Amino acid sequence: MSQSAPSKYIKGATGDWEVVIGMEIHAQVTSRAKLFSGASAEYGGAPNDHVSLVDAAMPGMLPVINEECVRQAIRTGLGLEAQINLRSIFDRKNYFYPDLPQGYQISQYKHPIVGEGAVIVDVSPSERITVGIERLHLEQDAGKSLHDLSATESHVDLNRSGVALMEIVSRPDMRSSDEARAYVSKLRTILRYIGSCDGNMEQGSLRADVNVSVRRPGGPLGTRCEIKNVNSIRFIGQAIEVEARRQIAILEDGGKIDQETRLFDPGKGETRSMRSKEEAHDYRYFPDPDLLPLEFDQDYVNTLRAQLPELPDAKRARFIASYGLPPYDAGVLVMERASADFFEETAKGRDAKLAANWVINELFGRLNKEGLDVAQSPVSASALGAIIDLISSDVISGKIAKDLFEIVWSEGGDPTEIVESRGLKQVTDTGAIEAAVDAVIAANPDKVAQAKEKPTMLGWFVGQVMKQTGGKANPQAVNELLRRKLGV
Amino acid sequence: MSVDPAVVRRIAHLARIAVEDKEVERLNGEINAILAFVEALGSVDIAGVEPIASVLPMQMKKRADVVDDGGIVDDILANAPAREENYFVVPKVVE
Repeated sequence: MSQSAPSKYIKGATGDWEVVIGMEIHAQVTSRAKLFSGASAEYGGAPNDHVSLVDAAMPGMLPVINEECVRQAIRTGLGLEAQINLRSIFDRKNYFYPDLPQGYQISQYKHPIVGEGAVIVDVSPSERITVGIERLHLEQDAGKSLHDLSATESHVDLNRSGVALMEIVSRPDMRSSDEARAYVSKLRTILRYIGSCDGNMEQGSLRADVNVSVRRPGGPLGTRCEIKNVNSIRFIGQAIEVEARRQIAILEDGGKIDQETRLFDPGKGETRSMRSKEEAHDYRYFPDPDLLPLEFDQDYVNTLRAQLPELPDAKRARFIASYGLPPYDAGVLVMERASADFFEETAKGRDAKLAANWVINELFGRLNKEGLDVAQSPVSASALGAIIDLISSDVISGKIAKDLFEIVWSEGGDPTEIVESRGLKQVTDTGAIEAAVDAVIAANPDKVAQAKEKPTMLGWFVGQVMKQTGGKANPQAVNELLRRKLGV
Repeated sequence: MSVDPAVVRRIAHLARIAVEDKEVERLNGEINAILAFVEALGSVDIAGVEPIASVLPMQMKKRADVVDDGGIVDDILANAPAREENYFVVPKVVE
Protein backbone atom coordinates (compact mmCIF):
# COMPACT_ATOMS: atom_id res chain seq x y z
CA MET A 1 0.00 0.00 0.00
CA SER A 2 1.38 3.32 -1.04
CA GLN A 3 2.21 6.26 1.12
CA SER A 4 1.05 9.71 0.12
CA ALA A 5 2.82 13.02 -0.25
CA PRO A 6 3.35 14.92 3.03
CA SER A 7 1.15 17.73 1.70
CA LYS A 8 -1.84 15.42 2.18
CA TYR A 9 -1.16 14.80 5.85
CA ILE A 10 -3.48 16.15 8.48
CA LYS A 11 -1.68 18.07 11.22
CA GLY A 12 -2.53 16.85 14.69
CA ALA A 13 -1.42 18.17 18.07
CA THR A 14 1.24 15.44 18.27
CA GLY A 15 2.36 15.37 14.64
CA ASP A 16 1.19 14.36 11.19
CA TRP A 17 -1.51 11.83 10.38
CA GLU A 18 -2.34 10.13 7.13
CA VAL A 19 -5.95 9.27 6.28
CA VAL A 20 -6.66 6.00 4.46
CA ILE A 21 -9.92 5.69 2.51
CA GLY A 22 -11.66 2.87 0.71
CA MET A 23 -15.15 2.92 -0.75
CA GLU A 24 -18.10 0.71 -1.52
CA ILE A 25 -20.26 2.32 -4.16
CA HIS A 26 -23.79 1.08 -4.76
CA ALA A 27 -24.79 1.89 -8.31
CA GLN A 28 -28.33 1.17 -9.48
CA VAL A 29 -28.25 -0.74 -12.76
CA THR A 30 -30.09 0.98 -15.61
CA SER A 31 -32.79 -1.51 -16.53
CA ARG A 32 -36.54 -1.50 -17.04
CA ALA A 33 -37.32 -4.42 -14.75
CA LYS A 34 -35.83 -5.60 -11.45
CA LEU A 35 -32.93 -8.02 -10.97
CA PHE A 36 -35.05 -11.12 -10.34
CA SER A 37 -38.63 -10.09 -11.21
CA GLY A 38 -40.66 -8.41 -13.93
CA ALA A 39 -41.74 -5.44 -11.78
CA SER A 40 -40.68 -1.95 -12.86
CA ALA A 41 -37.32 -0.65 -11.62
CA GLU A 42 -38.31 2.94 -12.32
CA TYR A 43 -37.68 5.48 -9.57
CA GLY A 44 -40.72 6.67 -7.60
CA GLY A 45 -44.19 5.34 -8.30
CA ALA A 46 -47.16 5.01 -5.93
CA PRO A 47 -46.29 3.06 -2.75
CA ASN A 48 -45.94 -0.70 -3.38
CA ASP A 49 -47.01 -0.35 -7.02
CA HIS A 50 -43.72 -1.53 -8.55
CA VAL A 51 -43.83 -4.75 -6.59
CA SER A 52 -44.36 -8.34 -7.72
CA LEU A 53 -45.04 -11.33 -5.50
CA VAL A 54 -41.34 -12.19 -5.90
CA ASP A 55 -40.24 -8.81 -4.52
CA ALA A 56 -42.66 -9.17 -1.60
CA ALA A 57 -41.15 -12.62 -0.91
CA MET A 58 -44.45 -14.46 -0.98
CA PRO A 59 -44.02 -18.19 -0.27
CA GLY A 60 -43.10 -20.30 -3.28
CA MET A 61 -41.98 -17.40 -5.46
CA LEU A 62 -38.73 -18.03 -7.35
CA PRO A 63 -36.22 -15.48 -8.65
CA VAL A 64 -35.36 -15.44 -12.37
CA ILE A 65 -32.44 -13.23 -13.35
CA ASN A 66 -32.83 -10.27 -15.71
CA GLU A 67 -30.24 -10.78 -18.48
CA GLU A 68 -29.91 -7.03 -19.05
CA CYS A 69 -28.58 -6.56 -15.51
CA VAL A 70 -25.96 -9.23 -16.17
CA ARG A 71 -25.00 -7.54 -19.44
CA GLN A 72 -24.65 -4.15 -17.73
CA ALA A 73 -22.52 -5.60 -14.92
CA ILE A 74 -20.14 -7.16 -17.46
CA ARG A 75 -19.94 -3.93 -19.49
CA THR A 76 -19.18 -2.00 -16.30
CA GLY A 77 -16.49 -4.49 -15.36
CA LEU A 78 -14.91 -4.05 -18.79
CA GLY A 79 -15.02 -0.27 -18.31
CA LEU A 80 -13.14 -0.72 -15.03
CA GLU A 81 -10.45 -2.76 -16.83
CA ALA A 82 -11.46 -5.61 -14.56
CA GLN A 83 -11.39 -9.36 -14.73
CA ILE A 84 -14.76 -10.79 -15.80
CA ASN A 85 -15.65 -14.08 -14.12
CA LEU A 86 -17.40 -16.44 -16.53
CA ARG A 87 -18.94 -18.26 -13.57
CA SER A 88 -20.26 -16.52 -10.47
CA ILE A 89 -22.51 -17.48 -7.59
CA PHE A 90 -25.44 -15.79 -5.88
CA ASP A 91 -25.55 -16.05 -2.10
CA ARG A 92 -28.04 -15.14 0.58
CA LYS A 93 -26.98 -12.46 3.02
CA ASN A 94 -29.24 -12.93 6.01
CA TYR A 95 -30.50 -10.15 8.23
CA PHE A 96 -33.79 -8.91 9.61
CA TYR A 97 -35.28 -5.58 8.70
CA PRO A 98 -38.86 -4.65 7.81
CA ASP A 99 -37.92 -3.37 4.35
CA LEU A 100 -36.29 -6.71 3.48
CA PRO A 101 -39.25 -9.09 3.14
CA GLN A 102 -37.14 -12.13 2.17
CA GLY A 103 -35.17 -11.92 5.41
CA TYR A 104 -32.07 -12.04 3.21
CA GLN A 105 -30.58 -10.07 0.37
CA ILE A 106 -29.56 -11.98 -2.74
CA SER A 107 -25.98 -10.88 -3.29
CA GLN A 108 -22.66 -12.35 -4.38
CA TYR A 109 -20.04 -13.20 -1.80
CA LYS A 110 -17.08 -15.43 -2.60
CA HIS A 111 -17.58 -15.58 -6.35
CA PRO A 112 -18.57 -12.16 -7.77
CA ILE A 113 -19.25 -11.53 -11.46
CA VAL A 114 -16.35 -9.05 -11.70
CA GLY A 115 -12.94 -9.29 -10.05
CA GLU A 116 -9.97 -6.94 -9.81
CA GLY A 117 -9.69 -3.79 -11.89
CA ALA A 118 -8.47 -0.19 -11.71
CA VAL A 119 -9.67 3.37 -12.17
CA ILE A 120 -7.36 6.19 -13.19
CA VAL A 121 -8.28 9.35 -11.32
CA ASP A 122 -7.16 12.91 -12.05
CA VAL A 123 -7.17 14.60 -8.66
CA SER A 124 -5.97 17.93 -10.08
CA PRO A 125 -4.47 19.11 -13.37
CA SER A 126 -1.06 17.95 -12.12
CA GLU A 127 -1.92 14.86 -10.07
CA ARG A 128 -3.09 11.47 -11.23
CA ILE A 129 -3.62 8.37 -9.06
CA THR A 130 -4.77 4.82 -9.72
CA VAL A 131 -7.44 3.39 -7.44
CA GLY A 132 -7.63 -0.40 -7.37
CA ILE A 133 -11.00 -2.10 -7.72
CA GLU A 134 -11.34 -5.21 -5.59
CA ARG A 135 -14.60 -6.50 -7.08
CA LEU A 136 -18.00 -5.68 -8.49
CA HIS A 137 -21.00 -7.81 -7.68
CA LEU A 138 -24.72 -7.83 -8.40
CA GLU A 139 -27.24 -7.65 -5.58
CA GLN A 140 -30.79 -6.63 -4.73
CA ASP A 141 -31.73 -3.27 -3.28
CA ALA A 142 -33.97 -3.24 -0.19
CA GLY A 143 -37.30 -1.44 0.19
CA LYS A 144 -37.68 1.92 1.85
CA SER A 145 -38.81 2.65 5.40
CA LEU A 146 -40.35 6.02 6.22
CA HIS A 147 -40.01 6.97 9.85
CA ASP A 148 -41.57 10.40 9.85
CA LEU A 149 -45.22 9.70 9.00
CA SER A 150 -45.99 8.57 12.55
CA ALA A 151 -44.43 8.83 16.01
CA THR A 152 -44.86 5.16 16.86
CA GLU A 153 -44.86 3.39 13.50
CA SER A 154 -42.75 3.06 10.37
CA HIS A 155 -44.21 2.83 6.86
CA VAL A 156 -42.70 0.45 4.34
CA ASP A 157 -42.68 0.83 0.55
CA LEU A 158 -41.21 -2.10 -1.39
CA ASN A 159 -40.90 -0.35 -4.78
CA ARG A 160 -37.11 -0.46 -4.59
CA SER A 161 -37.08 -3.97 -3.18
CA GLY A 162 -35.30 -6.18 -5.70
CA VAL A 163 -33.99 -3.40 -7.94
CA ALA A 164 -30.56 -4.38 -9.31
CA LEU A 165 -27.48 -2.79 -7.75
CA MET A 166 -23.83 -3.12 -8.61
CA GLU A 167 -21.67 -2.90 -5.52
CA ILE A 168 -18.25 -1.64 -6.58
CA VAL A 169 -15.60 -2.13 -3.91
CA SER A 170 -12.37 -0.14 -4.10
CA ARG A 171 -9.07 -0.91 -2.46
CA PRO A 172 -8.08 1.45 0.37
CA ASP A 173 -6.04 3.47 -2.12
CA MET A 174 -7.19 7.01 -1.37
CA ARG A 175 -5.29 9.37 0.94
CA SER A 176 -7.38 12.54 1.12
CA SER A 177 -10.94 13.74 0.77
CA ASP A 178 -9.97 15.32 -2.57
CA GLU A 179 -8.82 11.95 -3.88
CA ALA A 180 -12.03 10.31 -2.67
CA ARG A 181 -14.23 12.93 -4.32
CA ALA A 182 -12.27 12.70 -7.56
CA TYR A 183 -12.62 8.90 -7.51
CA VAL A 184 -16.40 8.98 -7.12
CA SER A 185 -16.66 11.63 -9.78
CA LYS A 186 -14.57 9.56 -12.20
CA LEU A 187 -16.46 6.37 -11.45
CA ARG A 188 -19.71 8.21 -12.06
CA THR A 189 -18.38 9.47 -15.41
CA ILE A 190 -17.42 5.93 -16.46
CA LEU A 191 -20.82 4.53 -15.45
CA ARG A 192 -22.61 7.25 -17.38
CA TYR A 193 -20.48 6.71 -20.50
CA ILE A 194 -21.23 3.01 -20.38
CA GLY A 195 -24.88 3.70 -19.65
CA SER A 196 -25.08 1.10 -16.89
CA CYS A 197 -26.10 3.60 -14.16
CA ASP A 198 -27.52 7.11 -14.49
CA GLY A 199 -25.32 8.29 -11.58
CA ASN A 200 -28.14 10.35 -10.07
CA MET A 201 -27.07 10.76 -6.45
CA GLU A 202 -30.14 12.76 -5.42
CA GLN A 203 -32.44 9.87 -6.34
CA GLY A 204 -30.07 7.42 -4.70
CA SER A 205 -28.94 5.74 -7.94
CA LEU A 206 -25.38 6.15 -6.67
CA ARG A 207 -24.58 5.89 -2.94
CA ALA A 208 -21.29 5.53 -1.16
CA ASP A 209 -20.22 3.72 2.00
CA VAL A 210 -16.89 5.28 2.96
CA ASN A 211 -14.29 3.45 5.05
CA VAL A 212 -12.01 5.84 6.90
CA SER A 213 -9.02 5.18 9.15
CA VAL A 214 -5.98 7.22 10.16
CA ARG A 215 -2.38 6.25 10.82
CA ARG A 216 1.03 7.78 11.32
CA PRO A 217 2.59 8.29 7.86
CA GLY A 218 3.89 4.95 6.66
CA GLY A 219 2.83 3.24 9.89
CA PRO A 220 0.50 0.25 10.31
CA LEU A 221 -3.14 0.72 9.30
CA GLY A 222 -5.51 2.06 11.95
CA THR A 223 -8.93 0.69 12.84
CA ARG A 224 -11.53 1.85 10.32
CA CYS A 225 -15.04 3.17 10.64
CA GLU A 226 -17.60 2.83 7.87
CA ILE A 227 -19.72 5.87 7.09
CA LYS A 228 -22.92 4.60 5.51
CA ASN A 229 -24.96 5.89 2.62
CA VAL A 230 -23.40 9.25 1.84
CA ASN A 231 -25.35 10.62 -1.09
CA SER A 232 -23.43 13.51 -2.61
CA ILE A 233 -19.85 14.03 -3.68
CA ARG A 234 -19.59 17.15 -1.52
CA PHE A 235 -20.85 15.26 1.56
CA ILE A 236 -18.34 12.46 0.90
CA GLY A 237 -15.55 15.04 1.18
CA GLN A 238 -17.02 16.61 4.33
CA ALA A 239 -17.71 13.26 5.99
CA ILE A 240 -14.10 12.14 5.48
CA GLU A 241 -12.70 15.39 6.88
CA VAL A 242 -14.78 15.32 10.07
CA GLU A 243 -14.37 11.58 10.59
CA ALA A 244 -10.57 11.75 10.20
CA ARG A 245 -10.38 14.61 12.70
CA ARG A 246 -12.64 12.76 15.14
CA GLN A 247 -10.37 9.71 15.02
CA ILE A 248 -7.21 11.79 15.38
CA ALA A 249 -8.64 13.56 18.44
CA ILE A 250 -9.42 10.20 20.09
CA LEU A 251 -5.99 8.74 19.31
CA GLU A 252 -4.13 11.83 20.46
CA ASP A 253 -6.04 11.65 23.75
CA GLY A 254 -4.68 8.14 24.19
CA GLY A 255 -7.96 6.46 23.27
CA LYS A 256 -8.70 3.76 20.71
CA ILE A 257 -11.02 3.60 17.71
CA ASP A 258 -13.92 1.15 17.80
CA GLN A 259 -14.66 -0.46 14.46
CA GLU A 260 -18.25 0.54 13.80
CA THR A 261 -20.79 1.87 11.34
CA ARG A 262 -21.45 5.61 11.46
CA LEU A 263 -23.81 8.08 9.83
CA PHE A 264 -22.83 11.50 8.51
CA ASP A 265 -25.13 14.35 9.52
CA PRO A 266 -24.50 17.18 7.05
CA GLY A 267 -26.59 19.62 9.10
CA LYS A 268 -24.47 19.22 12.23
CA GLY A 269 -21.26 18.47 10.33
CA GLU A 270 -20.53 15.35 12.39
CA THR A 271 -20.59 11.57 12.15
CA ARG A 272 -22.33 9.51 14.79
CA SER A 273 -22.50 5.87 15.69
CA MET A 274 -25.35 3.89 14.14
CA ARG A 275 -25.54 0.77 16.25
CA SER A 276 -22.62 0.69 18.60
CA LYS A 277 -24.29 -1.56 21.18
CA GLU A 278 -25.67 -4.09 18.76
CA GLU A 279 -23.77 -7.31 18.19
CA ALA A 280 -21.45 -7.62 15.24
CA HIS A 281 -23.20 -8.54 12.02
CA ASP A 282 -23.56 -12.21 11.34
CA TYR A 283 -24.89 -12.50 7.82
CA ARG A 284 -24.50 -16.28 7.55
CA TYR A 285 -23.90 -16.18 3.80
CA PHE A 286 -24.68 -19.33 1.87
CA PRO A 287 -25.29 -20.10 -1.84
CA ASP A 288 -28.88 -19.33 -2.82
CA PRO A 289 -30.45 -22.72 -3.62
CA ASP A 290 -33.03 -20.99 -5.85
CA LEU A 291 -30.38 -19.85 -8.31
CA LEU A 292 -27.95 -21.82 -10.44
CA PRO A 293 -24.44 -20.42 -10.96
CA LEU A 294 -24.39 -17.49 -13.37
CA GLU A 295 -22.46 -18.58 -16.44
CA PHE A 296 -21.65 -17.11 -19.83
CA ASP A 297 -18.84 -17.60 -22.33
CA GLN A 298 -15.86 -15.51 -23.38
CA ASP A 299 -17.42 -14.84 -26.80
CA TYR A 300 -20.26 -13.00 -25.10
CA VAL A 301 -17.78 -10.90 -23.11
CA ASN A 302 -15.77 -10.17 -26.27
CA THR A 303 -18.90 -9.05 -28.09
CA LEU A 304 -19.79 -6.69 -25.27
CA ARG A 305 -16.24 -5.36 -25.20
CA ALA A 306 -16.35 -4.65 -28.93
CA GLN A 307 -19.61 -2.71 -28.49
CA LEU A 308 -18.42 -0.49 -25.64
CA PRO A 309 -18.39 3.22 -26.45
CA GLU A 310 -15.12 5.13 -26.34
CA LEU A 311 -14.48 5.61 -22.62
CA PRO A 312 -13.34 8.85 -20.96
CA ASP A 313 -9.63 7.98 -20.65
CA ALA A 314 -9.37 7.00 -24.31
CA LYS A 315 -11.36 10.03 -25.39
CA ARG A 316 -9.20 12.35 -23.33
CA ALA A 317 -6.04 10.87 -24.86
CA ARG A 318 -7.50 11.28 -28.34
CA PHE A 319 -8.48 14.91 -27.67
CA ILE A 320 -4.92 15.64 -26.58
CA ALA A 321 -3.33 13.79 -29.49
CA SER A 322 -5.57 14.75 -32.39
CA TYR A 323 -6.85 18.19 -31.38
CA GLY A 324 -3.72 19.31 -29.53
CA LEU A 325 -5.72 20.28 -26.44
CA PRO A 326 -4.04 20.82 -23.07
CA PRO A 327 -4.66 17.77 -20.83
CA TYR A 328 -6.72 19.80 -18.38
CA ASP A 329 -9.10 21.08 -21.08
CA ALA A 330 -9.40 17.59 -22.52
CA GLY A 331 -10.24 16.30 -19.04
CA VAL A 332 -12.98 18.89 -18.56
CA LEU A 333 -14.50 18.13 -21.95
CA VAL A 334 -14.71 14.37 -21.41
CA MET A 335 -16.35 14.55 -17.95
CA GLU A 336 -19.71 14.06 -19.63
CA ARG A 337 -20.17 12.20 -22.89
CA ALA A 338 -22.68 14.84 -24.07
CA SER A 339 -20.12 17.62 -23.47
CA ALA A 340 -17.46 15.75 -25.41
CA ASP A 341 -19.87 15.18 -28.30
CA PHE A 342 -20.86 18.86 -28.26
CA PHE A 343 -17.22 19.88 -28.42
CA GLU A 344 -16.44 17.53 -31.31
CA GLU A 345 -19.38 18.80 -33.31
CA THR A 346 -18.34 22.40 -32.64
CA ALA A 347 -14.70 21.73 -33.49
CA LYS A 348 -15.34 19.84 -36.71
CA GLY A 349 -13.33 21.57 -39.46
CA ARG A 350 -12.42 24.46 -37.16
CA ASP A 351 -9.63 25.62 -34.87
CA ALA A 352 -10.01 23.01 -32.10
CA LYS A 353 -8.31 25.04 -29.39
CA LEU A 354 -10.53 28.03 -30.09
CA ALA A 355 -13.55 25.74 -30.07
CA ALA A 356 -12.45 24.19 -26.75
CA ASN A 357 -12.04 27.65 -25.22
CA TRP A 358 -15.50 28.69 -26.30
CA VAL A 359 -17.14 25.47 -25.16
CA ILE A 360 -15.39 25.44 -21.76
CA ASN A 361 -15.30 29.13 -20.89
CA GLU A 362 -18.35 30.67 -22.51
CA LEU A 363 -20.77 27.79 -22.92
CA PHE A 364 -20.04 25.72 -19.78
CA GLY A 365 -19.68 28.90 -17.74
CA ARG A 366 -23.08 30.07 -18.84
CA LEU A 367 -24.71 26.62 -18.46
CA ASN A 368 -23.36 26.31 -14.91
CA LYS A 369 -24.66 29.73 -14.02
CA GLU A 370 -28.14 28.80 -15.22
CA GLY A 371 -28.00 25.28 -13.77
CA LEU A 372 -28.50 23.67 -17.18
CA ASP A 373 -26.77 20.68 -18.67
CA VAL A 374 -25.30 20.59 -22.13
CA ALA A 375 -28.32 18.86 -23.67
CA GLN A 376 -30.44 21.85 -22.65
CA SER A 377 -28.09 24.44 -24.14
CA PRO A 378 -30.00 27.15 -26.05
CA VAL A 379 -26.90 27.60 -28.24
CA SER A 380 -26.45 24.58 -30.50
CA ALA A 381 -23.06 23.20 -31.52
CA SER A 382 -23.62 24.41 -35.08
CA ALA A 383 -24.52 27.94 -33.89
CA LEU A 384 -21.41 28.06 -31.69
CA GLY A 385 -19.40 26.77 -34.66
CA ALA A 386 -20.80 29.58 -36.80
CA ILE A 387 -19.74 32.16 -34.18
CA ILE A 388 -16.23 30.67 -34.19
CA ASP A 389 -16.15 30.84 -37.99
CA LEU A 390 -17.03 34.54 -37.82
CA ILE A 391 -14.10 35.11 -35.43
CA SER A 392 -11.67 33.04 -37.48
CA SER A 393 -12.50 34.88 -40.67
CA ASP A 394 -12.07 38.26 -38.91
CA VAL A 395 -15.70 39.23 -39.56
CA ILE A 396 -16.21 39.99 -35.86
CA SER A 397 -13.83 40.63 -32.98
CA GLY A 398 -13.58 38.38 -29.94
CA LYS A 399 -15.40 40.98 -27.90
CA ILE A 400 -18.30 41.31 -30.33
CA ALA A 401 -18.38 37.50 -30.47
CA LYS A 402 -19.26 37.45 -26.75
CA ASP A 403 -22.12 39.87 -27.37
CA LEU A 404 -23.23 37.73 -30.29
CA PHE A 405 -23.12 34.63 -28.07
CA GLU A 406 -25.42 36.44 -25.61
CA ILE A 407 -27.88 37.30 -28.39
CA VAL A 408 -27.95 33.72 -29.71
CA TRP A 409 -28.28 32.40 -26.12
CA SER A 410 -31.28 34.56 -25.24
CA GLU A 411 -32.97 35.14 -28.60
CA GLY A 412 -31.78 32.27 -30.77
CA GLY A 413 -31.27 32.77 -34.51
CA ASP A 414 -28.52 32.29 -37.06
CA PRO A 415 -25.27 34.01 -35.96
CA THR A 416 -24.29 35.04 -39.51
CA GLU A 417 -27.65 36.69 -40.14
CA ILE A 418 -27.58 38.44 -36.77
CA VAL A 419 -24.16 39.91 -37.55
CA GLU A 420 -25.46 41.10 -40.89
CA SER A 421 -28.79 42.52 -39.70
CA ARG A 422 -27.44 44.23 -36.60
CA GLY A 423 -24.33 45.62 -38.19
CA LEU A 424 -21.90 43.81 -35.87
CA LYS A 425 -19.24 43.36 -38.53
CA GLN A 426 -15.78 44.33 -37.55
CA VAL A 427 -14.49 47.51 -39.19
CA THR A 428 -11.25 46.58 -40.94
CA ASP A 429 -11.39 49.58 -43.25
CA THR A 430 -8.24 51.43 -42.15
CA GLY A 431 -9.62 54.75 -43.32
CA ALA A 432 -12.61 54.58 -40.97
CA ILE A 433 -10.45 53.40 -38.07
CA GLU A 434 -7.88 56.07 -38.75
CA ALA A 435 -10.58 58.76 -38.65
CA ALA A 436 -11.69 57.53 -35.24
CA VAL A 437 -8.09 57.38 -33.98
CA ASP A 438 -7.43 60.93 -35.19
CA ALA A 439 -10.60 62.19 -33.55
CA VAL A 440 -9.65 60.70 -30.17
CA ILE A 441 -6.10 62.06 -30.35
CA ALA A 442 -7.34 65.51 -31.30
CA ALA A 443 -9.85 65.61 -28.44
CA ASN A 444 -7.34 64.60 -25.74
CA PRO A 445 -4.07 66.53 -26.05
CA ASP A 446 -3.31 66.16 -22.31
CA LYS A 447 -3.59 62.39 -22.47
CA VAL A 448 -1.41 62.32 -25.56
CA ALA A 449 1.33 64.05 -23.59
CA GLN A 450 0.92 61.58 -20.72
CA ALA A 451 1.08 58.64 -23.09
CA LYS A 452 4.52 59.67 -24.28
CA GLU A 453 5.75 59.37 -20.67
CA LYS A 454 3.74 56.29 -19.84
CA PRO A 455 3.15 53.84 -22.71
CA THR A 456 0.60 51.86 -20.67
CA MET A 457 -1.78 54.75 -21.37
CA LEU A 458 -2.20 53.15 -24.78
CA GLY A 459 -4.92 50.95 -23.37
CA TRP A 460 -7.01 53.98 -22.53
CA PHE A 461 -6.79 55.20 -26.14
CA VAL A 462 -7.74 51.76 -27.48
CA GLY A 463 -10.79 51.82 -25.23
CA GLN A 464 -11.82 55.25 -26.51
CA VAL A 465 -11.47 54.27 -30.16
CA MET A 466 -13.44 51.07 -29.58
CA LYS A 467 -16.16 53.13 -27.91
CA GLN A 468 -16.30 55.50 -30.89
CA THR A 469 -16.64 52.59 -33.30
CA GLY A 470 -19.21 50.74 -31.24
CA GLY A 471 -16.67 48.01 -30.47
CA LYS A 472 -16.51 47.01 -34.10
CA ALA A 473 -13.03 48.20 -34.96
CA ASN A 474 -10.44 45.48 -35.39
CA PRO A 475 -8.45 45.80 -32.13
CA GLN A 476 -5.15 44.92 -33.80
CA ALA A 477 -5.58 47.63 -36.42
CA VAL A 478 -6.47 50.15 -33.70
CA ASN A 479 -3.39 49.19 -31.71
CA GLU A 480 -1.05 49.54 -34.64
CA LEU A 481 -2.42 52.91 -35.70
CA LEU A 482 -2.29 54.33 -32.20
CA ARG A 483 1.27 53.19 -31.66
CA ARG A 484 2.35 54.84 -34.86
CA LYS A 485 0.50 58.09 -34.28
CA LEU A 486 1.45 58.43 -30.63
CA GLY A 487 4.97 57.31 -31.27
CA VAL A 488 5.01 54.78 -28.41
CA MET B 1 -18.99 -29.85 15.46
CA SER B 2 -21.33 -29.07 18.34
CA VAL B 3 -23.16 -26.12 19.88
CA ASP B 4 -23.50 -24.90 23.43
CA PRO B 5 -26.43 -23.07 25.11
CA ALA B 6 -24.93 -19.64 24.26
CA VAL B 7 -24.82 -20.52 20.56
CA VAL B 8 -28.40 -21.81 20.71
CA ARG B 9 -29.57 -18.50 22.16
CA ARG B 10 -27.66 -16.60 19.51
CA ILE B 11 -29.09 -18.63 16.62
CA ALA B 12 -32.58 -18.16 18.02
CA HIS B 13 -32.02 -14.42 18.28
CA LEU B 14 -30.66 -14.14 14.72
CA ALA B 15 -33.74 -16.00 13.45
CA ARG B 16 -36.00 -13.83 15.64
CA ILE B 17 -37.44 -16.91 17.32
CA ALA B 18 -38.39 -16.51 21.00
CA VAL B 19 -36.78 -19.32 23.00
CA GLU B 20 -37.38 -19.59 26.72
CA ASP B 21 -34.55 -20.51 29.05
CA LYS B 22 -36.07 -23.86 29.93
CA GLU B 23 -36.17 -24.80 26.21
CA VAL B 24 -32.50 -24.05 25.60
CA GLU B 25 -31.20 -27.25 27.19
CA ARG B 26 -33.54 -29.46 25.15
CA LEU B 27 -32.78 -27.61 21.87
CA ASN B 28 -29.09 -27.81 22.59
CA GLY B 29 -29.35 -31.58 22.83
CA GLU B 30 -31.46 -31.87 19.69
CA ILE B 31 -29.21 -29.69 17.58
CA ASN B 32 -26.14 -31.60 18.74
CA ALA B 33 -27.83 -34.87 17.89
CA ILE B 34 -28.58 -33.61 14.37
CA LEU B 35 -25.02 -32.35 13.95
CA ALA B 36 -23.65 -35.71 15.09
CA PHE B 37 -25.87 -37.43 12.52
CA VAL B 38 -24.68 -35.15 9.72
CA GLU B 39 -21.11 -35.62 10.88
CA ALA B 40 -21.07 -38.90 8.96
CA LEU B 41 -20.65 -36.81 5.78
CA GLY B 42 -17.24 -35.81 7.09
CA SER B 43 -15.94 -39.32 6.37
CA VAL B 44 -16.36 -38.86 2.59
CA ASP B 45 -13.26 -37.81 0.70
CA ILE B 46 -14.27 -34.74 -1.36
CA ALA B 47 -10.78 -33.50 -2.27
CA GLY B 48 -10.96 -31.97 -5.75
CA VAL B 49 -14.75 -32.34 -6.04
CA GLU B 50 -16.67 -29.23 -7.09
CA PRO B 51 -19.85 -28.44 -5.11
CA ILE B 52 -22.96 -29.48 -7.04
CA ALA B 53 -25.36 -26.63 -7.86
CA SER B 54 -27.85 -28.79 -9.70
CA VAL B 55 -28.26 -32.50 -10.36
CA LEU B 56 -29.30 -31.72 -13.92
CA PRO B 57 -26.78 -30.29 -16.39
CA MET B 58 -28.61 -27.05 -17.06
CA GLN B 59 -27.90 -23.34 -17.40
CA MET B 60 -29.55 -20.71 -15.28
CA LYS B 61 -32.76 -19.46 -16.86
CA LYS B 62 -32.76 -15.76 -17.67
CA ARG B 63 -35.58 -13.31 -18.29
CA ALA B 64 -35.69 -10.49 -20.82
CA ASP B 65 -35.67 -6.93 -19.47
CA VAL B 66 -39.42 -6.43 -19.78
CA VAL B 67 -41.83 -5.02 -17.22
CA ASP B 68 -44.59 -7.59 -17.03
CA ASP B 69 -45.42 -7.62 -13.34
CA GLY B 70 -46.34 -5.24 -10.52
CA GLY B 71 -49.37 -2.96 -10.21
CA ILE B 72 -50.97 -5.42 -7.78
CA VAL B 73 -50.79 -3.42 -4.58
CA ASP B 74 -53.91 -5.04 -3.06
CA ASP B 75 -52.41 -8.51 -3.50
CA ILE B 76 -49.11 -7.32 -2.06
CA LEU B 77 -50.78 -5.88 1.04
CA ALA B 78 -53.44 -8.59 1.40
CA ASN B 79 -51.74 -10.29 4.34
CA ALA B 80 -50.34 -7.18 6.01
CA PRO B 81 -51.48 -6.90 9.64
CA ALA B 82 -51.59 -3.13 9.23
CA ARG B 83 -51.62 -0.85 6.20
CA GLU B 84 -52.09 2.82 5.55
CA GLU B 85 -52.25 4.61 2.19
CA ASN B 86 -50.89 1.46 0.51
CA TYR B 87 -47.86 1.30 2.82
CA PHE B 88 -47.11 -1.60 5.15
CA VAL B 89 -47.23 -0.29 8.70
CA VAL B 90 -44.79 -1.79 11.22
CA PRO B 91 -43.69 -0.89 14.74
CA LYS B 92 -41.23 1.99 14.67
CA VAL B 93 -37.73 0.99 13.57
CA VAL B 94 -35.05 3.60 13.90
CA GLU B 95 -31.32 3.24 13.51
